[in-house]
Amino acid sequence: MNHSTRDATLLPPRAGIGLKGQHVRDLLASAGLPAFVEVHAENYMGAGGPSHRALDAVRERVPLSVHGVGLSIGASEGIDALHLGRLARLLERFEPAAFSEHLAWSTHRGTFLNDLLPIPYDAASLHRVCAHIDRVQSVLKRRMLLENPSTYVEFAGSTMGEADFIAEVISRTGCGLLLDVNNAFVSCVNHGRDPVAYVESLPLHAVGEIHLAGFAEDRDSAGDRLLIDSHGSPVTHAVWSLYRHALSLTGPIATLIEWDNDVPDFARLMDEARTADEVAEACCVPARQAA
Amino acid sequence: MLRPRKAGGMNPGTRQAECHDALAGFAVALLDAARPVPHDLRTWNGSDARQRFAVYRNNVVVSLVDALDAAFPVTAQLVGEEFFRAMAREFVAGHPPASPMLFEYGADFADFIEGFAPAAAVPYLGDVARVEYALTQSTHAADAPVIDPAGFRALLAEPERLASLRFRLHPALGVVRCRYAAASIWAAHHGAGHLEAIDWTAAEDVLVTRPHMEAALRILPPGGAEFMLALGRRLPLAEALDIALSNAPGFDPQSGFGVLVNAGAVTEVIVEETTA
Repeated sequence: MNHSTRDATLLPPRAGIGLKGQHVRDLLASAGLPAFVEVHAENYMGAGGPSHRALDAVRERVPLSVHGVGLSIGASEGIDALHLGRLARLLERFEPAAFSEHLAWSTHRGTFLNDLLPIPYDAASLHRVCAHIDRVQSVLKRRMLLENPSTYVEFAGSTMGEADFIAEVISRTGCGLLLDVNNAFVSCVNHGRDPVAYVESLPLHAVGEIHLAGFAEDRDSAGDRLLIDSHGSPVTHAVWSLYRHALSLTGPIATLIEWDNDVPDFARLMDEARTADEVAEACCVPARQAA
Repeated sequence: MLRPRKAGGMNPGTRQAECHDALAGFAVALLDAARPVPHDLRTWNGSDARQRFAVYRNNVVVSLVDALDAAFPVTAQLVGEEFFRAMAREFVAGHPPASPMLFEYGADFADFIEGFAPAAAVPYLGDVARVEYALTQSTHAADAPVIDPAGFRALLAEPERLASLRFRLHPALGVVRCRYAAASIWAAHHGAGHLEAIDWTAAEDVLVTRPHMEAALRILPPGGAEFMLALGRRLPLAEALDIALSNAPGFDPQSGFGVLVNAGAVTEVIVEETTA
């Protein structure tokens, strides 16, 4: 590690919400606030304007997390220096309490594909992903959180399991883990794995943030469930259960309620955040008292 | 469909090449639905990898169509959601974004629309898209102070110096030259004027500025676009007025200057050192 040893997250261990432009007015007028808000980095990479002004006002009231969707850490080509530079300026400008990105790729030969795409889990990918994260952390001068992906296919050439791959990346680069519980559930169902065993095999000591979201449901050609990571519906019962189990192993963690489609109003996002706080209180406080 | 896993023992160089191929093959098949899905995918239960790969194909196309739908709302209203999304799908397939900053996506959407045969019945559609794109770019442009009418008053106190003044135009300023009445049509969709009353065949030059943090547009008088573009090239005021007049003999210098004063077009007056 040649970068700063600063904590990968300074977010409070309570529930926050994904912030969309339409929520800013309500948030600024609200007495009850989320513990933090998270925004997509790329939406704020313009030179200025009203979105910057709104984010300035919001971050005066609540801690900020910046979540990138365009760095393409898993890509077979190198990290785009231009995009990394924009990201560095953004983090300098808004000084977020955490920065996270995905174990995925989204750019190929100058085309941005606007989706988080899967990578083979093998030695070559491991080497490449670690090199990319080293570069990101050294340019940004901070540790980042890496999010486990939701996937619909696997590569025949994979030689490692996903959890082992992630554990190795975290051990080699010193980055933290953004545990997306919904992604974990979606991927495990889609690939016939046990979600509880998967979560338990992740490097849980490195979890700096948790994501919760809703999925859509389909069937594959064999008639098995095929879950789509759609971020357009409430967190499901199964994902709340898996969240409860994860927290029982990690203790309270900053948890994001994430919506990107059919985004509900601010009040409904706050309701879901409250539920997450209640789950955390119910499963973590007794454990702490017992200790 | 499933291929047997390759035997181990490859050297790292081969592995690197294989992995590169895996993602390249994936990317190519994503954007071209006519291509077969990559051969190196597997599914745990032997289900059809094509159906699962289709989830990614769908995500890419639908998310980009959604982005265009959100960025070009009046363009979409003019032709209806169904038509717009079908047109956007064709655009996405041939013009995927080059950058993850999606507010920049669609710079060539207006040109595409003008060449899109099914939209030929709505000749002004491309110009409306051009205006909407300019508004989005203005919204995300750099912050800079705006010289307001009070700020100009001091300059007017010394009219003998006016002719030689040069201006730094605001970073959020844009000039859009439309062959049709795109700004009037856009404004009618925002409650200003009636669509039926607009002569859509009238060409409009449009000025986009961001005087109070929100991008706004106004229709420039004849010669106004030449005037703004000349000032943008840092020509002195008198020269810019001459250019406007030579392009549009009816150009009224006072109203041209009025736009400069009232639209939030200027961020700095460049005062030249006077040589003694």
